[in-house]
Amino acid sequence: MRKIKEFIIEKMILLCGLAAIFFVGLIFLFLLKEGLAVFKMVGPFDFLFGKSWYPISEPPKLGILPLIMGSLLVTLGAAIISIPIGVGCAVYIAEIAPGKTKEILKAGIELLAAIPSVVLGFIGMVTLVPLVKNLFHLPTGLTALSGSIMLAFMAMPTIVSIAEDALYSIPRNYKEGAFALGATHWQTIWRVLLPAASSGILAAVMLGIGRVIGETMAVMMITGNAAVLPQSILVPIRTLTATVAAEMGEAVVGSEHYFALFAIGIVLFIISFIINVTADLFLHKKQ
Amino acid sequence: MKRNPHLTQKIAFFLLLLATLLIVVPVGLIVVIIIQKGLPAMNWQFLTDIPRQGMRAGGIFPAIVGTAYLVGGAIIFALPIGLLAAIYLSEYSKENILSRIIKLAIINLSGVPSVVYGLFGLALFVVFFKFGASILSGALTLGIMILPIIITSSREALESVPDSFREVSLSLGASKWQTIRHIVLPNAIPGILTGTILGLGRAAGETAPILFTVAAFYLPQLPGSIFDQAMALPYHLYVISTQVPNVDEKIRYGTALVLVLLVLFMNLMAIIIRSKLRKNKKW
Repeated sequence: MRKIKEFIIEKMILLCGLAAIFFVGLIFLFLLKEGLAVFKMVGPFDFLFGKSWYPISEPPKLGILPLIMGSLLVTLGAAIISIPIGVGCAVYIAEIAPGKTKEILKAGIELLAAIPSVVLGFIGMVTLVPLVKNLFHLPTGLTALSGSIMLAFMAMPTIVSIAEDALYSIPRNYKEGAFALGATHWQTIWRVLLPAASSGILAAVMLGIGRVIGETMAVMMITGNAAVLPQSILVPIRTLTATVAAEMGEAVVGSEHYFALFAIGIVLFIISFIINVTADLFLHKKQ
Repeated sequence: MKRNPHLTQKIAFFLLLLATLLIVVPVGLIVVIIIQKGLPAMNWQFLTDIPRQGMRAGGIFPAIVGTAYLVGGAIIFALPIGLLAAIYLSEYSKENILSRIIKLAIINLSGVPSVVYGLFGLALFVVFFKFGASILSGALTLGIMILPIIITSSREALESVPDSFREVSLSLGASKWQTIRHIVLPNAIPGILTGTILGLGRAAGETAPILFTVAAFYLPQLPGSIFDQAMALPYHLYVISTQVPNVDEKIRYGTALVLVLLVLFMNLMAIIIRSKLRKNKKW
């Protein structure tokens, strides 16, 4: 009797072990099921590189290039801000901060990671958006720049914690060797520790960028939602994620618009898949 | 002219400190602003009343209840599956291609953008299973989203139990499952709890996955069953800060404060349990 019970339990454990694979497959399958239908109406090339997104005009124009460019612009901006600050902060926490300060700083970073994106979006709306508007004398502060700054803050916790892990896991004798050769602490960090941790830091940067591309609520609330090809960083834009979140509520199930939004979901899924697999390769190279 | 390495170091360390402050100071400011401006809205009525006058007055009780239902539902779904998956990875799987693929799948699951979870929940639960926009659809969607958090932290907790514990139990004639059930799991509970709480916090704060699977714009009553739509705190904050004009600022900040306190409280609990665990380790 006990044997049967254990047999059943162990089979259930195996089944649940496979759950992650099952759900990733299921997500991709259902995105394909609902999204591929759009390619009956618009070719894959015209979908990805079409310059106008007017999903509810007659006939609808379903080109997502403005949305891709919007996502790229915001992501690029966020990367430029968050990578140097994030890696710098990771070095400070891993190498320079004394024991107690270190713990407080780490808690602060975890705090930032825990704040829901809708709250950051709200705070961005009431503080950052008016600031950007006044600083550059713009008609509206809901711009790609505001989005980049806010998203940088969402990427930083990821970058800091993974880069700090990478720095922390370097064997002690690297550092001791450099010190013994008479290098200063900074020379050791710059010439020995950073190169030794480079693949981990690269993975940290990639996962941070992955977080930025996938971020939805904050970006929808503060980038102005204008689905046009952006001419500068000081104009409203719209990202892939924000388009799905803002328009799915109005799209009729089974309409072209509905299929197109799922096709955007496929694009997002593939982007995040590539980023995560590559970052994982970098993390494993380290070991 | 030769550069002075000690001067270079001073400048470099100053810049690193600056980078750190650039992250930490805004975080502090955000928390202070929310508390300072949200606290005046906080009273018993705000927490226990339904929204009135098109959400421009009254309280946020239905949103709190909705979030509680969603988070509860998500954890009922995700905890058993996540825990068993973690047991598989830590106790049963061998270092082979299958376990490598499972780990990669977990990483991908945690990297899928939240709005894509929303799409998936819409396609599978709302449309395909015909649950409609309901607490059930939303909770299942959130449950799948927090699965990787629960699996990863539970696995770490299980793997940190020393092998000698298992060997002693097995040598006394206990079966593998008995060993896991009576020796490994009890020793891993604090770590599992930490992961579960972190998952709860994440589920409570996410908006995009519930946009099309459960969230009701304005529903001034409590949900009656799991097939009802419900309001939720993060979506309510989104609605009153972007969709409804002329909402009193106090109500917006108040809602943000309740949401932040809820999420931070859970994270704080997780941190406390984790540090207790480090102190009380028996090995």
